[in-house]
Amino acid sequence: MSVRHGILALLERGARYGYQLRSEFEHTTGGTWPLNIGQVYTTLSRLERDGLVRALPENDGGQRPYEITPDGRAELALWFASPIEQRDRPRDELAIKLALALTTPGVDVRAVVQAQRTATVRTLQELTRLKAAADGESGDLAWRLVLESMLFQAEAEVRWLDHCEASLARFASASPRGGARTAQPRHEQTDALARTTTPGEPRTRSARSRTTGRDTHDISSTVEPKEAR
Amino acid sequence: MSTNAPVLELRGVTRVHGKGEVAVHALRGISLAVAPGEFVAIMGPSGSGKSTLLNLAGGLDAPTSGDVLVEGVVLGGLSRHGLAAVRRRRVGYVFQDLNLLPSLTAAENVGLPLELDGVGLRRTRAAALAALEEVGLPHLANRFPDEMSGGQQQRVAIARALVGDRRLILADEPTGALDSQTGESVLKLIRARVDAGAAGVLVTHEARHAAWADRVVFLRDGSIVDTSGPLPQPESLLVSGEPA
Repeated sequence: MSVRHGILALLERGARYGYQLRSEFEHTTGGTWPLNIGQVYTTLSRLERDGLVRALPENDGGQRPYEITPDGRAELALWFASPIEQRDRPRDELAIKLALALTTPGVDVRAVVQAQRTATVRTLQELTRLKAAADGESGDLAWRLVLESMLFQAEAEVRWLDHCEASLARFASASPRGGARTAQPRHEQTDALARTTTPGEPRTRSARSRTTGRDTHDISSTVEPKEAR
Repeated sequence: MSTNAPVLELRGVTRVHGKGEVAVHALRGISLAVAPGEFVAIMGPSGSGKSTLLNLAGGLDAPTSGDVLVEGVVLGGLSRHGLAAVRRRRVGYVFQDLNLLPSLTAAENVGLPLELDGVGLRRTRAAALAALEEVGLPHLANRFPDEMSGGQQQRVAIARALVGDRRLILADEPTGALDSQTGESVLKLIRARVDAGAAGVLVTHEARHAAWADRVVFLRDGSIVDTSGPLPQPESLLVSGEPA
């Protein structure tokens, strides 16, 4: 989704000025997508350039409201009518990271999987707590839908990680040397993958965890305070 | 806080099934403490030792080495009679198999642990109705299990785990085959009792269920490999969540 369509959707409710748009946008997404006011004005001026919104005269408070145009309405309708493409979602970094972990000598793939699982479960815990609080209130349905979407995505990621681990375990037991823990780069193909994907800064996921997978039996000592979102 | 002495404590607990060549190490030196008001989830693949851990915590199985303490009492030091009393009075179990007795009404099923413990009929009935109220089923007290839906039966099973003043709630995949909404309501009930001061331990392979816990412990091959949590206080989450 783009801020552009978010702003069009808000203007469909009626004319609004920049600060109103920012505050309503953040409220609708439950604060999970903070906007700065500069982004709002940049987006508004692009929308105006494209004829999708129109600036109205300044009000007494010196604020300039914008309204949606018929073209803007058509664009918004098209957006609502079109499914989001799976490939537009930034979900691939983790898969690439695991593929690299598997083909890089000396990397404990199970530790990489576990570190991600711990981080994602933690995200899931935080979302669940927020959802429990939202259920108690007399429903802000929009906020609850956003939360549940994030919950389902996090859950899917954990399931996929479980699946990866099971596959690794099968591979390790099938291979005489239990090679899954420190796989060798055997395939030209995977080397090529490594070359094409390592350059550049990978996209950072919201929930990062330490990447060590130490064996620790005393729970109280494994707990590290982590930053809340 | 001194009032936060653990309700459940495992100290270096090991459980080995069998001997010699065929010995299976179900748990390898597990230490874990669960405080009052704390909900801990145990996650792990099949065979990681989750259910063994729960059975040890509930006094249904004994460790090969190490100690299990419930409210400061070492279970291994108790007589069979004493251990049975701890199981009846202190610990509430919710299992995937509901184990409701078909010939007893909901209220009678819920009151059974108290009745077995020698509590009078009138007090047992009152406690059972209170527990059914807590799970939202006061109107079904006189129904038999086969007159209720699966979700209602599971709530009765939870009421039985909560009846009386149980400080330790143990749950093994308690949502079973329930749909996701009903399953969630089961976890909310356990969460509510924990928030009221009990200690809860949940064994599950569903991350969505484990997420109701304050801490999630990851078990693999009988060892704890990682822990998520505890979470910070709710106030510190999403402080910018409200519009200015």
